[in-house]
Amino acid sequence: MSRFWRQALQVAKRDLLVEGRAGEGVGIVLPFGALAVFVVPLATSGSASLLADLAAPVYWLVTLLFGMQLALRQTATETVPQRRLLVLLGLDPVARFVGRTLSAWVLLIGLQLVLIPLVVLFYEPEPVPTPALMLPALALYALGLAMLGTLAGDLTVGLRTRTALAPMLAAPLAVPLVMGASQSLISISRGEGILTWTLLLVATDLALAVAGVVTARPLEETAT
Amino acid sequence: MTDPIVQLRDIGVRFGTVPVLVAVDLTIAPGEVVGVAGPNGSGKTTLLGVVATLIRPSSGTGRVLGAALGTDDVRRVRRRIGLSGHEPAVYPDLTLAENLRFVARVAGVTVEAADRALADVGLAAAADRPAGRSSHGMQRRIDLARMLMLEPDLVLLDEAHAGLDQDAEVIIDVILERTRRRRGGALLVSHDAERLTRQVDRVLRIEAGATV
Repeated sequence: MSRFWRQALQVAKRDLLVEGRAGEGVGIVLPFGALAVFVVPLATSGSASLLADLAAPVYWLVTLLFGMQLALRQTATETVPQRRLLVLLGLDPVARFVGRTLSAWVLLIGLQLVLIPLVVLFYEPEPVPTPALMLPALALYALGLAMLGTLAGDLTVGLRTRTALAPMLAAPLAVPLVMGASQSLISISRGEGILTWTLLLVATDLALAVAGVVTARPLEETAT
Repeated sequence: MTDPIVQLRDIGVRFGTVPVLVAVDLTIAPGEVVGVAGPNGSGKTTLLGVVATLIRPSSGTGRVLGAALGTDDVRRVRRRIGLSGHEPAVYPDLTLAENLRFVARVAGVTVEAADRALADVGLAAAADRPAGRSSHGMQRRIDLARMLMLEPDLVLLDEAHAGLDQDAEVIIDVILERTRRRRGGALLVSHDAERLTRQVDRVLRIEAGATV
């Protein structure tokens, strides 16, 4: 394995280990995400057709809001000594970006997978003809959110306004991701092709990857 | 190595409009250990940051391990610099052993070397204790274990003696002795003048950002 990938995987492993111990994602974000899915049916008339129509919007809304919480989680915030340590270890800043994105991606995929059966249970939406077709869209959507969270977190590191600023930076950039993922689902439900929406997701992910790679080095210098 | 490990000339650092270091000169020859003393806020930690290549000087010139400060050249030598700052660089949710093993894997050193270093600083019995539930002194020992494991050519210790007992001071002695033997260099900041004088070859005194 190359030095780059070894470093990226170590960063991802460390993040997941820290997350597992701190339990911020599993202990806080996930239960509240599930609660949000559960609350909407209680707040509506309970009409089966209304709930079925709401299933997809609620799913995307909850995955976006709580997904960004996961991507920007406090446990992913490094202190100055920790960042300095990594710089002096010769950690490639791009490997760091990739590692952090990977760990957030794993958590986001977990969130998405937990929410799907809950939405199906509480909202009883129309069955999707070929659900497997949604897998690439879900993976690309989660990857985009993971990169967005990593980037926004790094851009605002050390700022007092971080908790307010990071979501404000990330929210507008999440629009093409939500659009690509939600429209993919609609197209699959209608039996239409999803190439356009998949390309939108790929293009957005690529743009975020380029932004992450280009800014990794300058951000490393400013954060130490 | 015959070139100086560190050579700073007329180094100035400003944070905004506030001058923190003013025209500081510093040379560390191969095999030399230099101490830095001075009152709080005199710029000692900033000087350490400059030597660690983490703070870019506002003025002056300097070379660290042959790399010119303020240029991308410093990336080449950073792996050879070991820094232990005010606050230990540990992940509180990881155990002491996991902290060191993570560093080893990122740096491309064997896990066995990490475990050996942990034992060398007397933490083998506490290996599975989360760093966040360990004392400040134990966390500092992890910083020192990292130095034993990675054997940097330039050792930088900020508040070198803070939170450390006499046993740990012996570990610093070992690190400095090995660094001297490798013809590396070291810079120690400490408020403990007695301990500092014993461990270094000479002391540089800083007041209000300038050497005196």
